[in-house]
Amino acid sequence: MTDSNSPEVAASEPGPDLTPGGTPDTPGTPGVADLAEAGETDETLLSPPRPVFAQNWKRILSMGAVGVGAQIFLALSNMPLRLDDRLLIKPILSLGYVSLLFVPFIAGNRVGHQIQREGIPMHAAGLHEIFGGVICGVIAGGGVSLLSVLLVNFDLREPLVNWSPMLAELLAFGNSTAFAVFIWLLLGGLAGAAGGAMRLVNPKARRVVVTMVLTVGFISVLESLVMDLAEGLRFEWLTERVYARRGGLNWNWALILAAFSGLVAMLTRGRVRQAREHIASLEGASRARTNFGLIILTGAILVILPLFLGKFTNELLANVGLFVLLALGLNVVVGLAGILDLGYVAFFAVGSYSAAVLTAATSPRINPEMPWLVALIFVVVITGLVGLFIGAPVIRMRGDYLAIVTLGFGEIIRLLFLSDWLADTFGGSQGITMIPGAGIFGLGSVSGTEPRNVFYLVLAFCALAIYISWRLERSRLGRAWMAVREDETVAEAMGINTVNVKLMAFVVGAILGSFSGAIFSAKVGSVFPNSFLILVSIVILVVVIFGGMGSIPGVIAGSAVLIGVLGGPRQPGLLSEFSEYKLLIYGALLIWMMLARPEGLIPSVRRSRELHQQEIAQDSWLREQLDEEAESTAGNDQPARATA
Amino acid sequence: MSSADSSTDVPPLLEMRSVNAHYGAVHALRDVNLSIRAGELVCLLGGNASGKSTTLKTLLGMLKPSSGEVVLDGEVVNDKPTSYRVARGVTMVPENRRLFKRLSVRENLDLGAYLRSDSDGIAEDLERIFELFPRVKERLNQKAGTLSGGEQQMVAMGRALMARPRLLLMDEPSMGLAPALVQQNFELIEQIHASGLTVFMVEQNANMALSIADRGWVLQTGRVVLDDSAENLLTHPELRASYLGQSDT
Repeated sequence: MTDSNSPEVAASEPGPDLTPGGTPDTPGTPGVADLAEAGETDETLLSPPRPVFAQNWKRILSMGAVGVGAQIFLALSNMPLRLDDRLLIKPILSLGYVSLLFVPFIAGNRVGHQIQREGIPMHAAGLHEIFGGVICGVIAGGGVSLLSVLLVNFDLREPLVNWSPMLAELLAFGNSTAFAVFIWLLLGGLAGAAGGAMRLVNPKARRVVVTMVLTVGFISVLESLVMDLAEGLRFEWLTERVYARRGGLNWNWALILAAFSGLVAMLTRGRVRQAREHIASLEGASRARTNFGLIILTGAILVILPLFLGKFTNELLANVGLFVLLALGLNVVVGLAGILDLGYVAFFAVGSYSAAVLTAATSPRINPEMPWLVALIFVVVITGLVGLFIGAPVIRMRGDYLAIVTLGFGEIIRLLFLSDWLADTFGGSQGITMIPGAGIFGLGSVSGTEPRNVFYLVLAFCALAIYISWRLERSRLGRAWMAVREDETVAEAMGINTVNVKLMAFVVGAILGSFSGAIFSAKVGSVFPNSFLILVSIVILVVVIFGGMGSIPGVIAGSAVLIGVLGGPRQPGLLSEFSEYKLLIYGALLIWMMLARPEGLIPSVRRSRELHQQEIAQDSWLREQLDEEAESTAGNDQPARATA
Repeated sequence: MSSADSSTDVPPLLEMRSVNAHYGAVHALRDVNLSIRAGELVCLLGGNASGKSTTLKTLLGMLKPSSGEVVLDGEVVNDKPTSYRVARGVTMVPENRRLFKRLSVRENLDLGAYLRSDSDGIAEDLERIFELFPRVKERLNQKAGTLSGGEQQMVAMGRALMARPRLLLMDEPSMGLAPALVQQNFELIEQIHASGLTVFMVEQNANMALSIADRGWVLQTGRVVLDDSAENLLTHPELRASYLGQSDT
């Protein structure tokens, strides 16, 4: 096989470059396509595979070098050692080794990546991709080999705290250094080959494989959640078999799960997508009804599920809910009005502290000991006023200046609570403790000892906040916010009072944040200035960006993934093993997101439906081509419609 | 300079009376006198940094004059915000169109009618805009930023018309458009003017602007140096020399 027969193959393809099925998958519009399905290229033109040795060596070297850097960094961040106890599949695989091995896999996969250009055939994947992956993987694995040698022969423990013999032993699988060098070259090559091979399997098979790997991965990683569920739903008899005694899946059950999920994936092939497209194609009343049904269903699940969950999971859900509230508030400010607020934690702090002062008997100076619900009214008013007070000077600025000033205000508020000056009101660094729980209409007290009740309370407020955001987004005010976000000067010229509108965004954001604060103080039972570090602002912002700015479902998904799975600034997540590396993973996810899906996990859906179809065909030239083609394939003899 | 043609009894729609304006310490407008009467199509000419856009901003209330008066319908509006003037029928089509790029065409048009609450009237105006620009209707759900330059100009005009203005302020309508589109655009302005709107446009393209305008002013470093009818300006030797690039030989 040489590349001499490429014209023949190109000629044998029936249509010109604009096959109707191919266009919606152009790489420029990943928005609506599902992550797993984004790589589907089965309808594009293919030219024969490249010869095995005609590699892009520069690319292999650079990817390999990135792999070396990443693996050494990960190894020295102590992740492999810390996560070695966490078995995924007993006794074969621990999370520690996975944290290293995924690097050559990804590198090997990326090396074979081709940019899919409209009208230009792609090379069919073949041995070329596998070979490239192997080389790249070997280079990346060589990084670990190199590290093993260095670990034994030098002592750099002084600057690098994790430079330890234990790490060397782990990397050598308990054998000699020579073995380590050899095994990592081999493992890197194998992982790279696997990564390259992923380019070979056709998209449908790849989907099945990905589903299998993800299923096994999730079930083993989310062991604590599954165990908790098992206890509530009484299927411990099953989990006892599936999981090994000291964590991790039993290897035979891992195989069973993989086979089962693969089967499900094969049976449901395309169904999910069909259902989604069906829902998207609904119009008017039937669409509204479907949406309503879905909302009711989600609500029902969220109300019923916690009854079967243990404390750990309910606590987790409550934390996610608190961050959903915060992120919804920040979403109004950042996502809708476009004001980059880096000090959003201020409103969370004011909400928490004012609720604490108003309800706790132990509050130093002012202690009206109000019931929680009554206090909430004051909390909302106070936080709203603080929003107004902070917002008034801040919103006259734009861009970077504004961001820096909000950052400053966020810290000022925390320092005020910490200060000696206000210590006899807010307790200084001692904070306020013994805050009673939230009493709700005689339904009993909601406090931290009853995570399930806290979750229900949070859920109610989330529903309220979602409703408020949703209505606001579609209101005149929401439109004005978006106009200000897009172009403040023109918005002003349209007659929008930009100062007032931006202040409203600040106040609404502050009030939504205060809900979260009030619940937080009742849940935790104490407030300290240390709970409101700048990190909280950053994490909320990351949640909003990760989920999709301006998108309510996105914000919820962002909280669920970042806070629920990885954990919040102080709240443990499902992957409690990762808590030390949380910020590292946040950063990596954020970078990946900005590269692969800058519009966020679930982008604002309001417009994306029609938009993505039309944007491709927006050019009148392109449109004419498509029309002509459609007409010719339909066998119509009518002259091409002019699309002026 | 005194007004060349004798003024009628109708009070001017919008007026500037010896307005001075500053950007910080910079004196951007010096004693500018303008008056726009209902039904006119007038233009303000000037080179770069002559104060054209500053004049527009001052008229619309986005910049406060440091002295002098801006008068709308006989009322001094110096201290009134932009929204007040927009609500009374003064609307701007900004330079370079400046649509809200990530919003849909429909949302752009809706924002034009931001200060209006008569939903029937808004729907009516929307239909009128669709008649004027059928292309806009086709693009209604598309993001404004993805439109071509000519289409964006239509949406920008449509957005301004959605406010149901009496006076349209146009900031450099020819900027950034292909020559054929410029021609088209000026025809459109004439058409809108013929439908009863007063139009005030700010332009660098003096020839083009004067060919459709009734009257014009020439602004130089913040000062009105010429104030005459369009025909006179077109043949004015100084103007020809400095703006039209032609000597009068």
